[in-house]
Amino acid sequence: MVPIAKRLAALARSTALVAGFALAAAIPMVSAQAAQPEQYFPLQSYRVGPYAAGGTGFFGGFIDYMNLINLRDGGVNGVKLTWDECETQYIVERGVECYQRQKTHVPGPSAWNPLSVGIAYAMIDGVTADKVPLITIDHGRTDSTDGAVFPYVFPLLMNPYSESSGIINFIGSRLGGDAKLAGKSIVVLYHGSPYGRETVPIYKLLAAKYGFTVKQIEVPAPGTEQESEWLTIRRTNPNYVVLRGWGVMNPVALKTAQKVGFPADHIIGNVWSNSEEDVIPAGGAAKGYIALTTQATGTTYPVVQDIERLVYGAGKGNLADKARIGSVYHNLGIVNGILNVEAIRIAQAKFGDRTLTGDEVRWGFEHLQLDPARVKALGAEGLFHSINVTCSNHEGDGYVTFQQWDGAKWVRISDWIAPDWTLLRPIIETSANKYAKEHSITPRDCAKETVAAN
Amino acid sequence: MSSAILERQANSQGLPGLKSFRGPFLVLLVFAVVIPQVHSDYLFDAILTPFLAISLAALGLNLLTGYAGQVSLGSAAFMAVGAFAGYNFLLRIPGLPLLAGLAFAGLTAAVIGIVFGLPSLRLRGFYLAVSTLATQFFVQWALTNISWFSNDDTSGVISPPPLHLGGFALDSPVRRYLLCLGVVAVLTFLAMRLVSGQTGRALIAVRDSELGARVLGVKVLRTKLFIFAVSSFYIGVAGALWSFAYLRTIEPDGFDLDRSFQILFVIIIGGLASIRGAFLGAAFIVVLPLLLSRAGAILLGPGFDSGLVDLVQKIFLGALIILFLRLEPAGLSALVGRLRIRRNAT
Repeated sequence: MVPIAKRLAALARSTALVAGFALAAAIPMVSAQAAQPEQYFPLQSYRVGPYAAGGTGFFGGFIDYMNLINLRDGGVNGVKLTWDECETQYIVERGVECYQRQKTHVPGPSAWNPLSVGIAYAMIDGVTADKVPLITIDHGRTDSTDGAVFPYVFPLLMNPYSESSGIINFIGSRLGGDAKLAGKSIVVLYHGSPYGRETVPIYKLLAAKYGFTVKQIEVPAPGTEQESEWLTIRRTNPNYVVLRGWGVMNPVALKTAQKVGFPADHIIGNVWSNSEEDVIPAGGAAKGYIALTTQATGTTYPVVQDIERLVYGAGKGNLADKARIGSVYHNLGIVNGILNVEAIRIAQAKFGDRTLTGDEVRWGFEHLQLDPARVKALGAEGLFHSINVTCSNHEGDGYVTFQQWDGAKWVRISDWIAPDWTLLRPIIETSANKYAKEHSITPRDCAKETVAAN
Repeated sequence: MSSAILERQANSQGLPGLKSFRGPFLVLLVFAVVIPQVHSDYLFDAILTPFLAISLAALGLNLLTGYAGQVSLGSAAFMAVGAFAGYNFLLRIPGLPLLAGLAFAGLTAAVIGIVFGLPSLRLRGFYLAVSTLATQFFVQWALTNISWFSNDDTSGVISPPPLHLGGFALDSPVRRYLLCLGVVAVLTFLAMRLVSGQTGRALIAVRDSELGARVLGVKVLRTKLFIFAVSSFYIGVAGALWSFAYLRTIEPDGFDLDRSFQILFVIIIGGLASIRGAFLGAAFIVVLPLLLSRAGAILLGPGFDSGLVDLVQKIFLGALIILFLRLEPAGLSALVGRLRIRRNAT
């Protein structure tokens, strides 16, 4: 028998160990005590793993834009932008861990930009309780467009339904008018993830509305193997294939399409299948391939040129490869930066030029109205069209455009197109109300909010 | 099996008295009383809750693989079954208490476990492992393609309803952690009773020699199916806790083959055929990477490439695993056991 004192000592030791471990975990992130006000952005980025191309481009663009604002303008009205990164590898639980880790930052987060549908879904409860906005530019939960039910979630510029509607309208125009869609056949090849499945119902609805037949085929993530899917497509022999891919799935799809003899210019990529990283690995198989985008590519826009000159000139550029400046993901990151920064600026006009709380930044996003003239003043004319976010419309009616890969670069082949928002709105509201009911949420009355704000 | 495990089993012959529960009880006391005094959502939401859920899943797998010797690669599938079953029971039966929902989640997983345990009556070792892969693929396929399971959600992702325990809202990280702790403590206690009794000896007999077990009068087929059911029950409850208390979202992709491997690694590193091993292994596989990543972020500063930190951390962790397995093939549990023996000897 061990003496009782010894046992107690052992217990004390193990207790101390556990307590020490608890303390170590509880210590908040060491943050430099800023003398001047700062606005902090937690970045749940992904720079390794199968989706690193998207992650490095997007977060690189976002960081480059914030650096530009700090270097060129000294911050937003004197408030410096700060950020730190937490690696998620696009994996949901890692994103959740990053969320828990970064939300303890002082000052608190301005807005979350995880660039992952799965992570965004897992954060909706949390950000709503914390009162910090969650931005899912060009993706996310479609029904979060309804700001009455989702006050803190913003699928800015374009939600998945708008995107699908824009693609079908574009195919209609290629065929010579929406009426020509009747009797045609379209295959949607989508990524086996929450992101990929999000549009299954809307394509069914669009098919019923325009009278085309649609066949939707899921590719198991990450999508490195697509032989059987493309053999099915060859048997179906559709007029068009909509590619709703992500990461490595896209070049594999283009190469496999060439193998089975499906023409690249009848494949229409969605917004996550539209980058240089999607087509260059496919080589010649990608030539002629068309994809949707909400922001143009290239470095001809003043804001991109400023970044190249001031940020990369000062050696503070975030992209390891300067050739990627102005690429699709990089420009999307820049546009995302513009939207976040302008939301801060708009909120500052109401609350003052100081460090804003997440809830105040949310107000800024809810009044994020940038008309083409303002977009031009920001040096982004032609980079993206405009945005008009309101309490009830958290998407902000973004316009889309289409680009074709000529073997070396993307060439825009369409004007800015407006998706069919009036068709989509009732479905979005039905879905949002179902969510509200399941989660016992009482939707806000946006009519009242607008009056109160003015 | 290494000699350390056999020795320990030899020591634990006969039904244990209350004494053998004293150590675990003291640990539980620390986790239930002392740790909740720490005010850190991060500690509960990001470290302890997932740690408890994975520990419970590993405990379930350890009953099956460690004690009964049936290798399974389908753990994540049973977690998925538990998560989706729990969600559907709570959604479709209004007013169903949360604990009943968790129990039904476990029972559903147990039924599926019996069905997919049937091949174990004919297959052994690697062949059984491969046949459990079928569970993994089938369950994920069914949950993805049959939209009823996700209440016709467009993306197949589900957010569980707000959690209540007898009118008490489990809306904070600490409360969700305490829910997990309570469930895990009860199930761990039951597992300890199970393995130290008649059934536990039957399991080990089946693992070490089926023929020998049969000669001794152990009903091998029934024992195998029974432990498949119990193990699946544990893993199913773990899956429900993982998605309800930790992630607050359920999606079939979160329960892929990687997760099955993760749980298998937990018990290999922690120690096969050991209750304690499941917890030690989960601490190693789940908690250590987080601490490493935080340490890396603090040491290197926020300006450092976070992707690079992540890769370095993987290399570090991999090296540690190799080192551990080299020094102590029977797992962390045996390491702790040896330390204790040494201390008692002095």
